[in-house]
Amino acid sequence: MKIRSQVGMVLNLDKCIGCHTCSITCKNVWSSREGMEYAWFNNVESKPGVGYPNNWEDQDKWKGGWELKKNGSIKPKIGGKLKVLSKIFANPDMPQIDDYYEPFDFDYQHLHTAPEGKHQPTARPRSLVSGKRMKKIETGPNWEEILGGEYEKRSADKNLQNKFEAVEKQMYGEYENTFMMYLPRLCEHCLNPTCVASCPSGAIYKREEDGIVLIDQDKCRGWRMCVSGCPYKKIYFNWKSGKSEKCIFCYPRIEAGQPTVCSETCVGRIRYLGVLLYDADRIEEVASSPKETDLYENQLSVFLDPNDPKVIAQARKDGVPDSVIESAQQSPVYKLAVDWKLALPLHPEYRTLPMVWYVPPLSPIQGAADSGAIGMSGVIPDVDSLRIPIQYLANMLTAGDEVPVRLALKRLLAMRAYKRSELVEGVDEYAVLEEVGLSREQVEEMYRYLAIANYEDRFVIPTAHREQALKYAQDEANGCGFTFGNGCSDGNSDVNMFGGKKANRKDVISSVQIWED
Amino acid sequence: MNFSLNTFLFGLYPYIALVVCVVACFIRFDREQYTWKAGSSQLLRTKNMVLASNLFHIGIIFILFGHIVGLLTPESLYHYVISTPNKQLLAMISGGFFGLLCLVGLIMLLHRRLTDPRVRASSSFSDIAVLVLLLIQLLLGLMTIFISAEHLDGSVMLLLANWAQSIVTFQPMQAAASIANVHILYKLHVFFGISIILVFPFTRLVHMISAPVWYLGRNYQIVRQKRT
Repeated sequence: MKIRSQVGMVLNLDKCIGCHTCSITCKNVWSSREGMEYAWFNNVESKPGVGYPNNWEDQDKWKGGWELKKNGSIKPKIGGKLKVLSKIFANPDMPQIDDYYEPFDFDYQHLHTAPEGKHQPTARPRSLVSGKRMKKIETGPNWEEILGGEYEKRSADKNLQNKFEAVEKQMYGEYENTFMMYLPRLCEHCLNPTCVASCPSGAIYKREEDGIVLIDQDKCRGWRMCVSGCPYKKIYFNWKSGKSEKCIFCYPRIEAGQPTVCSETCVGRIRYLGVLLYDADRIEEVASSPKETDLYENQLSVFLDPNDPKVIAQARKDGVPDSVIESAQQSPVYKLAVDWKLALPLHPEYRTLPMVWYVPPLSPIQGAADSGAIGMSGVIPDVDSLRIPIQYLANMLTAGDEVPVRLALKRLLAMRAYKRSELVEGVDEYAVLEEVGLSREQVEEMYRYLAIANYEDRFVIPTAHREQALKYAQDEANGCGFTFGNGCSDGNSDVNMFGGKKANRKDVISSVQIWED
Repeated sequence: MNFSLNTFLFGLYPYIALVVCVVACFIRFDREQYTWKAGSSQLLRTKNMVLASNLFHIGIIFILFGHIVGLLTPESLYHYVISTPNKQLLAMISGGFFGLLCLVGLIMLLHRRLTDPRVRASSSFSDIAVLVLLLIQLLLGLMTIFISAEHLDGSVMLLLANWAQSIVTFQPMQAAASIANVHILYKLHVFFGISIILVFPFTRLVHMISAPVWYLGRNYQIVRQKRT
């Protein structure tokens, strides 16, 4: 057993209102740069829909994630090492920028400078890549917002394929039967990341202390294999710098004990951050589980109980600091994913062992509208009468296995029923808890975490132990702090001999101001 | 005067180019590694990329290694395997074949770079210059095949090999002398070749040094520790 720690995330989809605050704050902080206009480290999709980039869940097309070989081991779906290298000159499995969207801005300056005329001046769109006029904006990062666009196109959603009959699929396109949910997405910071495995330069790595997956920007050579390797399409090729970039899980904030920007700014308080201890020796074994539907349960078994004395002893031996172990004991992520089994991984069938998990959303009771009577299962409504089909959620969160999704939804319903009885009617409806296997204490805690969602309950993040990275702290005195690897000197001239721009020069998107026609 | 233009271009210039190349590569790798990249524009336009880029790269890699092996293997060594005239014939045929592959790919890539508005807009001066330089060099190289066809005895090839071997064994005067009387096309080809070495560290060509062969030998997963 080799114990490592990771700061994981849980998103409570039941409370996501699709406001995109996470996406916007993330973009403002990390990717509002030339070459990254099209890249959203965090984006929110309306489901069902093909998402961003176009149909990212279709791994027959994009070849992301791992696949099980005949001998029971796994290899990246884009191919083994030789095959990856053979694709290096041109990667046939890589999306083009139009599969995301061609980034654009508008000629706002024209509104100021237009001569007097009969008509109001307009700000027409322009491509931020070529600088040329765009006749029409064809797509964007959130083109299907709140079921926008034809169902015909949206229903290409991969989650509507597995175990759905054509007739059934058609039915969900009808106004009366349609359903919707939001899916905020970011890098999953997987335990078994395919991006790392497919990087020919070895530039992508996982951090032992907090599990954050990062791209070494110096070592990246821009071979672009990671873009294909990642099944979540959460690695973006910066077309300006020629290097790949991805969600960094706001590691400077995490190191300081602060939540990521997306979590901090979430107005619905749907995000949770907490430490999970896991057994690194079992990753490969679990990722190669023969049955896809076992991947969820098997991944759970990799997470270790932070209160188990044996685990604590081993963690200390493996160099996990006490502050991290204490955080793990308070971890909201451990509670939601392991204790209560409310949170589920996104597409475990990709075999990457993702570490951003989702509490499935409840939805309006469909049967009630149809028949005037709600299908009941005991005192709580039957989860089958929820508007979002269980199978749809299962295809997304548990490789098609409905059982864990049902349990999570039932527990959410039971918590509501129990607290409603208690607070509105003053009745202790314990039977409803028994049915879903929860104790009174558990449900009270669930209520505190899910309904109240206090800041200090949602985010339990140990500060990083910077001192471990230093041989002698004294050496840091009078240092030059954060640099681009050039020591303290960056030179005085603005010219870079090697064709790049100075690493410390930051270009704000300037192209908008200098349009000529 | 004995120290002619010929001596400068083929005796001295190669060393200037090599020194600039090695020193500048080192400086760039050490201090500006962020600029060290393949510089792919595939994301902006995938169309034809698979065909063009593969043709170009497969062609040019073969030609590069062909030149290294062909020029630097001493005559006494390769005679165990192949005679000099046959070696010239082999070089002409294989070089011609892969040269054509490379030419087709290169023209497709250059066309794409110049005419595609997205790729054009994101191209730096050196991105375009490097393609033009390679095109000139490739055309010169292909043209020398016709000159070589006029003398199939391998004598010119020996002169050129002598030049290269003299350069790497630090005999500049001998190098310049051995190349003095070859056809102007060969001289131009050599000159552009040296020039490419000179500009190498200042262009995206550096990515070839980072050809990720180590990938084959490493573990799939990489974990870094904070602890020193």
